[in-house]
Amino acid sequence: MSLSAASAAVASSAAAYRYDTIRPVARLRFCGLRREALRFHSPRSTPQLVAARRSVVAAATAGNGAAASGGFDYDLVIIGAGVGGHGAALHAVEKGLKTAIIEGDIVGGTCVNRGCVPSKALLAVSGRMRELQDEHHMKSLGLQVSSPGYDRQAVADHANNLASKIRSNLTNSMKALGVDILTGIGTIVGKQKVRYGKVGFPDNEITARNIIIATGSVPFVPKGIEIDGKTVFTSDHALKLESVPEWIAIVGSGYIGLEFSDVYTALGSEVTFVEALDQLMPGFDPEIAKLAQRILINPRKIDYHTGVFASKITPAKDGKPVLIELIDAKTKEHKETLEVDAALIATGRAPFTKGLGLENINVITQRGFVPADERMQVMDAIGNVVPNLYCIGDANGKLMLAHAASAQGISVVEQISGRDNILNHLSIPAACFTHPEISMVGLTEPQAREKADKEGFEISVVKTSFKANTKALAENEGDGLAKMIYRPDTGEILGVHILGLHAADLIHEASNAIALGTHVQDIKFAVHAHPTLSEVLDELFKAAKVDTAVSHSINEPVAV
Amino acid sequence: MTASSEFPKPSSPRFLRPPHCFPPPYTQPAKAPSPRLRPRALLSSPPMATAPAPLSLSASTLPARLRAGAVPAGARWRQARRGRMVVRAKIREIFMPALSSTMTEGKIVSWSAGEGDRVSKGDAVVVVESDKADMDVETFHDGIVAAVLVQAGESAPVGAPIALLAESEEEVPLALAKAQELSNGQPQQAPPAPTEDAAAAPPPPPPAPATPPAPVAAGTKGVASPHAKKLAKQHRVDLAKVTGTGPYGRITPADIEAAARIQPKSKPAAAPPPVAAPSVGAVPQAAVLPPVPGATVVPFTTMQAAVSKNMVESLAVPAFRVGYPIVTDKLDELYEKVKPKGVTMTVLLAKAAAMALAQHPVVNASCRDGKSFTYNSNINIAVAVAIDGGLITPVLQDADKLDIYLLSQNWKDLVKKARAKQLQPNEYSSGTFTLSNLGMFGVDRFDAILPPGQGAIMAVGASKPTVVADKDGFFSVKNKMLVNVTADHRIVYGADLAAFLQTFAKIVEDPESLTL
Repeated sequence: MSLSAASAAVASSAAAYRYDTIRPVARLRFCGLRREALRFHSPRSTPQLVAARRSVVAAATAGNGAAASGGFDYDLVIIGAGVGGHGAALHAVEKGLKTAIIEGDIVGGTCVNRGCVPSKALLAVSGRMRELQDEHHMKSLGLQVSSPGYDRQAVADHANNLASKIRSNLTNSMKALGVDILTGIGTIVGKQKVRYGKVGFPDNEITARNIIIATGSVPFVPKGIEIDGKTVFTSDHALKLESVPEWIAIVGSGYIGLEFSDVYTALGSEVTFVEALDQLMPGFDPEIAKLAQRILINPRKIDYHTGVFASKITPAKDGKPVLIELIDAKTKEHKETLEVDAALIATGRAPFTKGLGLENINVITQRGFVPADERMQVMDAIGNVVPNLYCIGDANGKLMLAHAASAQGISVVEQISGRDNILNHLSIPAACFTHPEISMVGLTEPQAREKADKEGFEISVVKTSFKANTKALAENEGDGLAKMIYRPDTGEILGVHILGLHAADLIHEASNAIALGTHVQDIKFAVHAHPTLSEVLDELFKAAKVDTAVSHSINEPVAV
Repeated sequence: MTASSEFPKPSSPRFLRPPHCFPPPYTQPAKAPSPRLRPRALLSSPPMATAPAPLSLSASTLPARLRAGAVPAGARWRQARRGRMVVRAKIREIFMPALSSTMTEGKIVSWSAGEGDRVSKGDAVVVVESDKADMDVETFHDGIVAAVLVQAGESAPVGAPIALLAESEEEVPLALAKAQELSNGQPQQAPPAPTEDAAAAPPPPPPAPATPPAPVAAGTKGVASPHAKKLAKQHRVDLAKVTGTGPYGRITPADIEAAARIQPKSKPAAAPPPVAAPSVGAVPQAAVLPPVPGATVVPFTTMQAAVSKNMVESLAVPAFRVGYPIVTDKLDELYEKVKPKGVTMTVLLAKAAAMALAQHPVVNASCRDGKSFTYNSNINIAVAVAIDGGLITPVLQDADKLDIYLLSQNWKDLVKKARAKQLQPNEYSSGTFTLSNLGMFGVDRFDAILPPGQGAIMAVGASKPTVVADKDGFFSVKNKMLVNVTADHRIVYGADLAAFLQTFAKIVEDPESLTL
């Protein structure tokens, strides 16, 4: 308790600086996390807090909750040991819940085995290759490097080793805490009842007070595309880096496609993007997408076709290259046939929810996604909440990011331990690990304008360039832009978007501010070490004008 | 929240927003760029072939009526040349704007408008990176982007034309012809001297697009890789005329480079190492010998790279060599006398060479274009010096005019600077004749390679006691050294070199004049 008292003291002295107190509690109610934080100062909740502390201590001594209450085998059973399930399991143990996790494949799920983790290994290589090959960049740093090259197998091994290492870390962390890791495919057979088992082994049935579905997703392959795993493949195969094709078409220009374009072009491939929407990188803030195109696409050996579907893709065989039939996204007329050496299908991911036994509890998936409310509670066919059943992560489709799944899992565990909790998805950051990186949190500028129009408030946008940042210039990496969208009347941060060196690491100051409800006029007084890249955000906060109610035109060109 | 106004402005380096990049209004002399506080730089497209940029920029802020009245480029110079003849072509230059007060050159980040695109007043046509920021730059005229003179990724000084804007379709060919001239290095102020008749003729013949004639017949299927397409656009190669040699008859970047008759870029980035073959390690594909297993590869230092480049360049020069024996007893005697005063043999030889060169200016000349002699007004003797793993040639300037004591002093300074790697470019690149001496190692004769930009280089061997017979048949032992001069035969002929060597030998054999 002394800790929280101290932090309260710090908070109140900070408040003195602000000519303000932390009185507007109502305002902070928007955000689940902040509400939790606030309880530390709220006399109302003190007994509860003490109780919680006590239970944590108990959990720590007893390991994984000595026994589940109410005659259940477990307090919590999680189906799927990906990052979401893992996050939920760890938090559940902390809360004193007897927890089991069922995994049908390998611990770590998509992120660790076929996603974020191995791709970061490849991107670490591609970033260095790109830098070493950039003669101008090297020369300007005074470095001399002669003909950098790489060993494909060694690069692939690096990615594979990283995945195994993280996988074993994950497994060990759960084992150490006493989470029961059950192997097999989990099926819900009825209320609070799960069956699991492997082929050829007798099934086991367990009961649980609460169940979390965290089965994740698999790469989505549109109709007409034939995957052979060699010349036409998904990210699952690409991450093994079994070949580096001379020319590869990447279908889809979202995060996955963009990251792979970074890897392949650095390793010497030429890339053709096929994007169904009218512009590349459709999910990004338009201004960021425009700059990203200027930095990540145009100067590289990349071309693209937008507004087209790949209606049919045939793997290379019989001496023919990979054939990609392109049709117009709107008219469906045949436009062109591409002949390339390989095709990577990065058209998004589909939920992996088959065999979960949802029909047993009258739940109907929507395009495979498990319908869930804002508390991740699963909804049945007639829209009622199914008690004690939750769904987190890619399987509910709310925000298909590993850390979002984990946050959702933690939110669910909070609820089952008796604290209502609603996760603010607008505070969850996202990052794309190209070189330079792209990161974002909250709304894009068009989304913010739409919301502002609907709700009748003004928004303002501030931008700053990495060219003005000392650290970025020292690294000779001045390309980049950071922008913040905020409410000039309240100082609420609505969205932050960064494209630039280490953008993925920089976003958290903004996402934390959104999560905790910190407003621009407060955070602008926070101090940033000089010279660091974090000063890019400092610039944004300081450039923001609260109360002036000036809204910039969306079309106004601004230096980047 | 009023907090923000209570605090002083942060002192961290702030990003310069474009308007502040401009000098404040009306505080600059007439050359100040547009003082408009607009984030976009205004790009004027002033009449062709006119004043430098800053003036044009301010001209661009003239009211539209005035600008409209300005005589466009083509018209103006033709008028000047040909009285009443007016070609109604309106071609304007888009030039590199000054985006900040400290900007001297800008890099084109990208062209928002491509060749052939119609743009209207106010459209952003190009993104320029200055020393501070990237900015969209807009045009102040309607028209068609006829020719891009500076491609994306390239830099141009402030005020240099970066594209040509034609007012209408009809002017596009004219603009392209203009672009051709500009890219051929014709000074823009002096448009090519069209004869009176030529100028009188209606707009010049249709553009000769820069496309070099593609050597081959129409391609097969026209499948080109992304990079090949980019290169084709950049070098204006018609893909339809290129036959692909890549997999499945595809057009590769190399095919385009061949069609455009350019050397493949030596940049490793452009010639990526990887190969697709699985399980085979990637090997850089460079035009070099295969690596030797187990050998250590040490890349050239900058100095070594410069030496390498110069040596290779020398292969383009038809060089020949003439040797000459010289008796050095008297020179040696003189050397013993002046040695205590800090004079070195190198300086004595340089001085002697300079004095000889004064009488044979052709040996001090150079051939720069293969068509003419360039006689140098100074005699600057470069002396080759080995320096940790490299080779540099500090220059004794005006060696014919300065006395040996002064030269010795200069030489000492130069060597000190060379060791500290502090030589200024003019201290190692201004030589008009080079002296290379390996005599101290006991080398009796050798052959030097002519450095680029010079007409001759002298290689000096060791002076050794030698039995010589004089014209009366008497034998004696004298110190004799062999000098060997390599010269550019385009300008220095055998007899010139022989005469020079004779003079040089005379000076060395009777070295009193060296001390004068």
